Parts: sequence; structure tokens; C-alpha cells
Amino acid sequence: MRSLPHLLTLAALLALPMTGRADWLQFRGPNGNGYVEGNAKLPTQLGPNAVTWKASLPGRGLGSPIIVGDRVFVSASSGPDQNQLQVLCFSATDGRELWRRSFWATGRTMCHSKTSVAAPTPASDGKRLYTLWSSNDLICLDLDGNLVWMRGLTLDYPNASNSLGMASSPIVVGDTLVAQIENDSESFAAGFDLDTGANKWKIDRPKAANWTSPVALKSGDQLVVALQSSKGVLGVLPSTGSDVFNYANGAATIPSGAAAGDTLYIPSNGLTAIKPGADGGEVKPLWNESAQNPGTASPLIIGDKVYVINNAGVLNAASRTTGERLWRVRLKGPFSGSPVAGDNGHLYIFNEQGIGQCVDLSGAEGKVVSEIELGEAIIGTASLSDDAIYIRSDATLWKIGGGQP
Amino acid sequence: MNARLFTCLTLTLLTSWSASSLRAALPGDFEKHVAALRAVGPEGAGNAEAAAAFQSLSAAEADAILPLLRAMETSGPIARNWLRSAVEVIVERSQKAGKALPFADLKAFLDDTRQSPEARRLAYDLMAKIDAQAAQKLIPGFLNDPSTELRRDAVAQLIATGKAEAEKDDKTAAIATYRQALDAARDVDQIQEIAKQLSEKLGQEVDLPRHFGFLTHWHVIAPFDNTGREGFETVFPPEKEIKLDATYPGKEGKEVTWQPLASTDEYGKIDFNQPFGPLKEVTGYAYTEYTAAEARPAELRLACKNAWKIWFNGELIFGRDEYHRGQRIDQYKLPVQLKAGKNTLLVKACQNEQTQDWTVEWEFKLRVCDATGTALLATDRPATPKKEAPKRRGGGAEESKK
Repeated sequence: MRSLPHLLTLAALLALPMTGRADWLQFRGPNGNGYVEGNAKLPTQLGPNAVTWKASLPGRGLGSPIIVGDRVFVSASSGPDQNQLQVLCFSATDGRELWRRSFWATGRTMCHSKTSVAAPTPASDGKRLYTLWSSNDLICLDLDGNLVWMRGLTLDYPNASNSLGMASSPIVVGDTLVAQIENDSESFAAGFDLDTGANKWKIDRPKAANWTSPVALKSGDQLVVALQSSKGVLGVLPSTGSDVFNYANGAATIPSGAAAGDTLYIPSNGLTAIKPGADGGEVKPLWNESAQNPGTASPLIIGDKVYVINNAGVLNAASRTTGERLWRVRLKGPFSGSPVAGDNGHLYIFNEQGIGQCVDLSGAEGKVVSEIELGEAIIGTASLSDDAIYIRSDATLWKIGGGQP
Repeated sequence: MNARLFTCLTLTLLTSWSASSLRAALPGDFEKHVAALRAVGPEGAGNAEAAAAFQSLSAAEADAILPLLRAMETSGPIARNWLRSAVEVIVERSQKAGKALPFADLKAFLDDTRQSPEARRLAYDLMAKIDAQAAQKLIPGFLNDPSTELRRDAVAQLIATGKAEAEKDDKTAAIATYRQALDAARDVDQIQEIAKQLSEKLGQEVDLPRHFGFLTHWHVIAPFDNTGREGFETVFPPEKEIKLDATYPGKEGKEVTWQPLASTDEYGKIDFNQPFGPLKEVTGYAYTEYTAAEARPAELRLACKNAWKIWFNGELIFGRDEYHRGQRIDQYKLPVQLKAGKNTLLVKACQNEQTQDWTVEWEFKLRVCDATGTALLATDRPATPKKEAPKRRGGGAEESKK
């Protein structure tokens, strides 16, 4: 049997835009499950000496950096009402700011003090950036900072907002940008044309606040987007929004699910693994494990294991095939961000106090092998590319590892 | 680029720039391209044409910056962003190429208060990039500027001055400075900071409801039903008629009547829980009249964490069925056209079934102001109601014995 990571890699190649290198193009990486292939030389000894460079940011944000080639892109929001939306591009090599663009928010910018208007992680197809904001502004730029299109979704749909803030991150699947604009009032999901931003489709969604992000998975020979909500998970075709499957047993509205190949791991009644049938077939439940209950962090999948961090800050490792707990280790929490990993047998997670923790996964049990104290609150999730870790706060972007500038 | 190198470069650009560059031709079809940006419609219609226009406009030389800024005044929010982005691309390219930026023309644009407030702030920021010291000197002149973003900087300077004066025990000067800052301040956070300094540190009375223009005197009626959140869409009698002496069947058939409610809250909170108790799954209405000195555009600015609807002069302006996700002053900005004389306002506020302690609030705050946040006071505005002085301990003990 070929290794699971190898199969996952194949699945990832099917699902993602081709950029020719191990870029990090969206929230929780190329597979949307926190794992990226390669990156076997990520640093395992975190600490002040592991910081390659850091750069100042002009505004708040918790959306992850995304990396395309030698460029790192970050969103930020500034001003007394956070109505200044900023997109910044840095050199991955030395942290030099290459360009920045600013926009005035056209929608509501009110949000809880813990989050910010720059909460969603941008997405890219390797050619352009797609930035969504809590104000429901949706802005497409090319990699050189030229505006390609802009949508003010609150102008089009005036009651689509959440007074606590929106945070769902869009993803690119094939030739469609999929976003969940889900809230208590005018709640919807939509697929947007990558070239023009026009709606390819728009569907009503449950009228309930929801901060989870769409996840792509394979179903038969096609890609399906899983839209999670308090009702469960609806699988739709990215190009049309047509229903493919429906899991109706409820799900979390903060941690997102994670896909590996054609299997979806959902924060639902603890953690539930399902295999949606191809071409509209029934959803096949694989297992449910109530003890594997994700807190705010979304699950991470590496090889034959799924990793979950609960609200007590305990990292649980479980079998992907059975849900059985293999081991657990207490980390320094609390966490708002999610864990990520490459192929070096370690996991990376940053807590709200700004402590980054590296967990060795190679032994019989997980072990925290190093830490780094960044000295600033970290609410977001790290990104990985070229053996480096990128993490941002409200004021700073760090590159950790990946060689000297 | 380090700051010193940037300053040297920008000063070089400033001195090398000549008026002749401004006379260079604008990109062909400038107006047509701007029109394409303004034509972007709902749901992304026209984005492709706008992108093509943007390519032409952003390829222009620095002499296009002023026309692009001027175009913002008559553009909508999406087109203004396209124009802003074109300006940023031109500025970035000009700086990289060592070309001059038009400081003097930006200053002239900044001085023209008829232009878009956002565009004038952008012009100021560009000036600060060229010559930070020269730009800094302009800030005190923004104290009464129509741009709230420019005004904010001037108010911030006054707040700092007031604090320094207070620290030196120059109470008279500090009060005068804070009063001047309060008159100019439009941003809620600055107003709150100034009011705190004046009232808590300097013992001054501050009439915040009047400063903000909160409407403090209403008639309220409740409870109507909101079981299963159905009340939001249900048309209860106050939506059909305003008769303040009428009696209607309310929730569970109990009779309800209008009653006056005057807010003593410093932010004009109209609290349904006060007259009616902490009810759940209920709907309430509040009605008031506002006498305007003249017909003019205005904004109703609402804070509310319950589901709500507002009718202005009998017309439904907006409604939102979100519960307990938070509230803040100026949460919703609703443009209206005031009539000279009497205008009517009806607010519907629905309370839902949640029982957590953070879902007790059944209330709203509403003010009338212009687009900059300056209060528009009714010609017959009543005096701000005073809070009752807290009862003395001894008195309270006596009360508890009764």
C-alpha cells in the first residue's frame, strides 16, 4: 500500500491551483487541513535565534499570511473604526515591504475586540489574491498589487453582516472563489468568477452566525466544497453551487472541518468522519468520537492521524481510520489559531499569549520540544513554505526558519 | 527603505518637480475611464470594464493624481476605491522612478473643502509622505474640518495638550482646551475620552446626549409577542397607526398602552426593561417626534443588539433580525431626508428567547446628525433629563424596612 501522505499529496494536486512550488495559498494550507507536503527542514528548535526576519504591520488582523513564490501577502485593517483595509506584499527572502494597497471599507466594520476586520485569510490561485474582510468587502488584486475587481457584498446584500465580526476564509477551487457569508440575518454562500468577481452562484444558508471556512474534498472524480454550519455540512459543486451531499447532524460554527482525499473530518458531536458518496450518493459515516472535541482550533491531518486541540488546550492524536485516541499532551493555551505541519514530523501552534510551540509527533506520544515567545497576542494560524513558518499578530509579521535573509 | 533615505528622496523629488509636469496630458479618454469605474453596478456588473479602465488610469503619470482625487467627490464607494488604488499605483511607480509628486497641488486640493473628505485625507497622507514636517504643521487647522479623519488628528493634539495642562495643575487651561476639543470631536472614542477627563478629573458637567444629538424623550409600548422570533415580521398595531392614547391587545391578550419614557442615560439609552421588566420573546415600540429647522439630508444613527426596524415619517427605512451580537454607538448609519418642521420616528425592538446574562438588554440608542456625525438638534429639543442622585445609605436602610 502506498503511504497515506503520498495519497494525500495526489489528492492535494487534484484539488489545488498549480503554482509549481509548495506555496501556501489559503487558510490552513494547500489541502485546507493544516498539512503541507515537503518542508522537511522546518525548524524544530524555536526561539529568538530562529527568527529570520520580522516586519511591522500597519493595522490589525488575524488572517494568516499566504505565500506565493517569493512573496508573502498579509491583510490588515486600521483606523479608529478599522475602516482602512490594507493588503501588503513582502519579500519572503528578507521581509522587505514590496507594496501595499489601501481601500475604504464599504460594509460594517463593527466586531468583537478580540477579532478584527482583517480576520479572513486571503486566498490565491497563484496568479491573483482574493481578500475577504469582515466588512464583506471582497477585493481581487494581481500579485503586483493591481486591482482586478472589487465587490462590496454589504452594498449588494445589506443585512449580510455579523456584529461580532465575520471570519470565514474563502478558497479557490478550480475556476471559482467560494465564500461563506453566513450570519443571523442575510446568510448565504456564493461562488465568484475569478476574472470578474461576478456571482456564478449564490445559495441561502442557515440564518445563524458561522465563522467556519469552506473545505474542498474529492468526491469521485470531481471536487466538492463542504460548507459547514450549525445544521451540518452541505457539499456543493464549486462551479454551480449544486448540492452533492448533505450531512444534517449538526456541526460546530467556529472550528472548521478538515478533508483528506475523499474523507471529511467534521467538528460534529465531538469529531465525526464521513465519506460523502460520489455524484450525490449518500453520506457514509465512518466513525464518531465524542472525546475528540475541537475547541476553537480546527483539526490537523497528517498521514494516518488526525490531531485535535480541545478547549482545555490538550492536543489529542487519533487514528484517522477509527477515531481511537492514540495519545494526548497538554499544551500552553488558550488557542484561537489552528495547528499546522509539514513533513518533518513536528506540529506548530501559537497560543493567544504569543507562545509558539513545536510538538514532536514522531514518538509514541507527542512531546513539546521547543517554544518561542513572540511577546504579542497571536489569534491566527501560522503558514508554512520553503521550510519557514510565517505568523502574524496585530502589529508584526514574523518569518521563523527558512534560512538567513 | 529607511526613513532617512526616504526623506532625502522625497525632498529631492519635491525640489525637482516642476509645474510643467502637471500640464502633461492626462491619459486619453480620462473621463471615459472614470465613467467606467463609476459604472460598476450591483453584484460586480461592470468589473471587467472597470479593470480595463483602471489599467489605463493607473499607467498615467503623476499629473493624473489630482484629477483622480477630484473624481472621488462624485463617485460612489466602489468607484472611490478604484480611484484610490489608481492613485496608489501611480504614486508607487513615481517614487520608484524618482519622479516628483505634486505637493503644492495636493495642498491646494486639501484646502478645497468641497472635495470628498476621504480624498482630502488621502491627499494629506500623500503630502505627509513627501514632507512629513510640513504636513504635521497643518494639523491644528483641521479642528473644524468637514473630514472627520483630518479633524481627528487636530482633536488628538488638543487632548494631548489638555492632559499636559492638567498634569501641570493648570485646571483653567485644561478645561478650556478640553472644551475646545469636545466641540470639535466627532469620533465616539475621542468624545468619550474628553468627557471622562472633563467630568472625572476636572469636575465639569458634560451634556453628552446633547453633544451627540441622542433623542431622549419617547413614548413606548410593549409587550407584543415575539415567540419563536415571529414578532419581527408580524405587523402589530403601532405599525398601522400612531395613536398615543390607544389601547391594544399585547402578548397573551394583555392590554398594552403607550407611556412616556425619558432617558437619563449619558448615551440616550431607551431601555424597555425599565418600564416593562426583563421580559423574553417580546416586541416593543418607541415613538418620538423631531422638529427640524430646515429640510436637509441627515443620518439616523442607531445602536441596538436586538432585532429592530425603523420607520421615518411613516416609511420603513431598514430592519435587521440579529440578536445579541453586540452594540456600539453609531452601529448603523441610516441616511434620511429631514422635512422642515415635524418628523416622526418609530422604532421596533424585539427581544428573543436567549437566557444568558448577556442577552438581558432590550434597548436602543438613536441620534440625529449630519454625515460627519455633528449633532442636528431639534428646534424644540427638551432639556436633557437629569439622573436622580443616589439615595443615601441611611435612607436606603430605611427604605428596606418598609
